[in-house]
Amino acid sequence: MTAVLPREAPPTEPAAEQEAEARAARRRPPWLLLLPGLLWLALFFLVPMLTLASTSLQTGSLQTGYSLTWTWSTYSDAWSTYGDQLVRSFLYAGSATVLALLIGYPLAYAIAFKAGRWRNLMLVLVIAPFFTSFLIRTLAWKIVLADQGWVVGALQWIGLLGENGRLLATPAAVVLGLTYNFLPFMVLPLYASLEKIDPRLLEAATDLYATPARAFWAVTWPLSIPGVVAGTLLTFIPAAGDYVNVQFLGNPGSQMIGNVIQSRFLTVLDYPVAAALSITVMLTVLVLVLSYVRRVGAKELL
Amino acid sequence: MIVRTVRAARKHLVLAFGVLVLLYLFLPVFVVVAFSFNDPAGRFNFSWSGFTLDSWRDPCSVPGMCDSVLLSLQIGVIATLVATLLGTLLAFGLVRHSFRGRAGTSLLVFLPMATPEVVMGASLLTLFVNAGVATGFWTIVIAHILFTVSFVVVTVKARLAGFDSRLEEAAMDLYADEWQTFRRITLPLAAPGIFAGALLAFALSFDDFIITNFNSGNTITFPMYVWGAAQRGVPPEVNVIGTGMFLLALLLVGGAEVVRKARTGASTG
Repeated sequence: MTAVLPREAPPTEPAAEQEAEARAARRRPPWLLLLPGLLWLALFFLVPMLTLASTSLQTGSLQTGYSLTWTWSTYSDAWSTYGDQLVRSFLYAGSATVLALLIGYPLAYAIAFKAGRWRNLMLVLVIAPFFTSFLIRTLAWKIVLADQGWVVGALQWIGLLGENGRLLATPAAVVLGLTYNFLPFMVLPLYASLEKIDPRLLEAATDLYATPARAFWAVTWPLSIPGVVAGTLLTFIPAAGDYVNVQFLGNPGSQMIGNVIQSRFLTVLDYPVAAALSITVMLTVLVLVLSYVRRVGAKELL
Repeated sequence: MIVRTVRAARKHLVLAFGVLVLLYLFLPVFVVVAFSFNDPAGRFNFSWSGFTLDSWRDPCSVPGMCDSVLLSLQIGVIATLVATLLGTLLAFGLVRHSFRGRAGTSLLVFLPMATPEVVMGASLLTLFVNAGVATGFWTIVIAHILFTVSFVVVTVKARLAGFDSRLEEAAMDLYADEWQTFRRITLPLAAPGIFAGALLAFALSFDDFIITNFNSGNTITFPMYVWGAAQRGVPPEVNVIGTGMFLLALLLVGGAEVVRKARTGASTG
């Protein structure tokens, strides 16, 4: 077999030269492959981020036009006016992420280890609800959580909700909606990392007299960390910027920062403040994500 | 004996909990399907008031709704084609070559996925406003290509990473030229990844609301239609479209599974 492979012949002088040349060629970026995509990302991702940053430091109005005045006070004004919404966004997104992990992990675990021949079916079922539009499903929650609905009725009956207690238009409904909407983004990466675990490792742990709980915390959980990191990020990031769940399931007092950015940009047309808030969200998410990834030590994600 | 019953209980406990979570995922879908048969008393389709097939008979009778679905399909197809092409090229470049600046390129591909959609939509809006471009059909297409490209790259990369490059070497040893090798070996092996990436891109584009809302101008895609309708009362016809999309997607997935089974069955048996 090796005889027919000329490249495995002992390297002579010119061959070595060719080898070096080939290596140099491999070090050169494959521009034809990269350029179209990179240009698109530069033009429509990097440049807009710069115009967004610049807009946040401008003054003016849509009628008179904007000019860059380096008005940093826009940021402090925006933070003091919309501090509540900023904090609330990260709180709601954080709660939804923890909830999604708590209910998503057992589901991913069940699919990976307990489902047997139902595994593919269960995987399809995780994704299937998402073929119905995101907005329509969130509206459906409005029906489920309605004041006259059976969920509220049942909770009132067992006493978890008072006589006039309600679910719709409360922060709980918003967190429930966020958890619901981003759950598959939690389950799929979790499943992917759980499925890779060699069952012999668990057998080895049991042979060494580990209780099932001990085996889980010593073997399964550490090996599933990459999935936990990917899943929590994929849940937290979109949840932090969402404004649909608040609009449909929340109340004016449970507004998140996405609602503010949306209305400042599209209704009030107050571009500098909206841009300052967007940059704040972006930087906060980046800092949170980077420190989290560094702390958990799953750098291969980036 | 006790250990065994405890184990069995544990096995079924996790599984039962998993099934419950699946039910939680499906609950709104059941509601969507059920309320497509509702005969709402007022403008709002929020409480059950009677069974009817009216909405299924002619869903397009609601002004503007089916146009918005067609528009979403058009945008989805164009965005998917471009994003799949750009993303596949990027994935090949990143997996097949080691070059200076590869880490930076990967980061640039990753960043859009780490950006909340509001921020991405807002930043594109400031770009279009600054450039004096009126928002509409093409600005939506541009935005959709942007946020789907990264997902295509990730999907295709995953496929290429588990790729036996000796197959290509074997083809070259058998005197295939580079183009033949690419067309006969590389492309067919990468195809499932490219196809999966394209499907994902289309699904994301068709369902996107948050980014679209910033860049749509007066163009009304289907999610934009639902958003607008939510303020004044969503007609049950919207549920018909939602149910239809769900059934269509299930059919596609089911069909793909049948084809896959038939193929593996044919090659092993």
